[in-house]
Amino acid sequence: MITRRRLITGGVAGSGLVTAGVLAEHYGLIPPDHGGIFGVGETLTYAAQRVLMSGHSLAREFKREQISKVFPVNGDPPRTASYQRLLARGFEDWRLMVDGLVAHPLSLSLAELKSFPSRTQITHQACEEGWSFIAEWTGVPLSFLLNLAGVSARAKYVVFFPFDEYWDSLDMADAWHPQTLLAYGMNGSEMPTPHGAPLRLRVPRQLGYKSIKYLSSITVTDSVKSIGKGWGSASPEDGYSWYAGI
Amino acid sequence: MGAMDERRHSAVVRVTHWINTAGFFALVISGLAILVAHPRFYWGETGTVGSDSLFDLPMRFRFGHSGWGRYLHFLAAWVCVLNGIVYVVAGIMARHFRRELWPSGLQRVAYIGVVFGLFPLIVLTGLAMSPAITSVVPGLVEVFGGEQSARTLHFFFTDFLVLFFIGHILMVILAGFMKSVRGMITGDGI
Repeated sequence: MITRRRLITGGVAGSGLVTAGVLAEHYGLIPPDHGGIFGVGETLTYAAQRVLMSGHSLAREFKREQISKVFPVNGDPPRTASYQRLLARGFEDWRLMVDGLVAHPLSLSLAELKSFPSRTQITHQACEEGWSFIAEWTGVPLSFLLNLAGVSARAKYVVFFPFDEYWDSLDMADAWHPQTLLAYGMNGSEMPTPHGAPLRLRVPRQLGYKSIKYLSSITVTDSVKSIGKGWGSASPEDGYSWYAGI
Repeated sequence: MGAMDERRHSAVVRVTHWINTAGFFALVISGLAILVAHPRFYWGETGTVGSDSLFDLPMRFRFGHSGWGRYLHFLAAWVCVLNGIVYVVAGIMARHFRRELWPSGLQRVAYIGVVFGLFPLIVLTGLAMSPAITSVVPGLVEVFGGEQSARTLHFFFTDFLVLFFIGHILMVILAGFMKSVRGMITGDGI
């Protein structure tokens, strides 16, 4: 039976949920793959971690002697003709494109990227399957390129397109994070091809699959709805969550 | 009334019990779905195929289940944690732990140990595997001896919880299965 009290209680609870939803959306606490029953858990996890990490906490870094001896890889380098041609010529003709909501779109060679201020970090990477290793990575902080390009205040996501199908995106908290690198070096040498040559993403506060390889272009955007199925990454289309901070 | 009323399960205990049952099953099944992608265990920070393992489960690697497994695992973990908070807060307010479960006999020690020992440990070893959480609280993974140690301990604590579950079902059967289940649903006649 619908009593007056139930109506009021229901109304208060309902408007409370709506208010919570509007606030969560406003503060960027809702992940692109928030749909369906699993989206409830994803949204709780993402929102809780974004609030907890609002101080831009740094992922743990390790000593050189803790670097692993084995660095397994999943998957093969892209077989596409365009990637194979660039690989054969040592990525001499390769360019990283940066466009979207930026004041100055960029087109950068590997040599230009290497001339920018670099960061080297020894971090832990866990694969979602369960295994993990520690390695040293060298690259340009993504934040340097974002500053160089002049990111619009409307930006909400930075989208990464590689030579394979595993495109992905980061929210601005991870995009501006000092440990988020565009890495061209691993363990003191050039990026080995199976690890993502010439340039890969490093996002040490998330599981390994978020650090996509073989980068081709970067787009700054205020919405990921029109890319792929609109879930922020190729991962949710395969059943893996967009946010992988775990 | 009187003596029998004293021994009724309260509505909070009954509702949280069945929510926890559903959450626990979902966590075990989804945990298995994640585990079978890499049924090897290590100690320390790292471990991969090609490095020494602590032990290997006698099964082959099965990929393709960890995606939905992880989605379900975290949904169920939220359900169990929020539900567990309601249970513990309501239990403290109603003096449930002190009056009915405070250690007196092996069975009650086991219940108290699960609620205040194993349950927090399974949550903490789970969170210790999160690179986002440990960026804020590095001590959480260090106290367990590293990310792979936390994963291994998470597996052992799961085994203890499953053993507790089996013991719990045996005790329920000994006490009269239908009567106990009815008591946990309606609150009557336990």
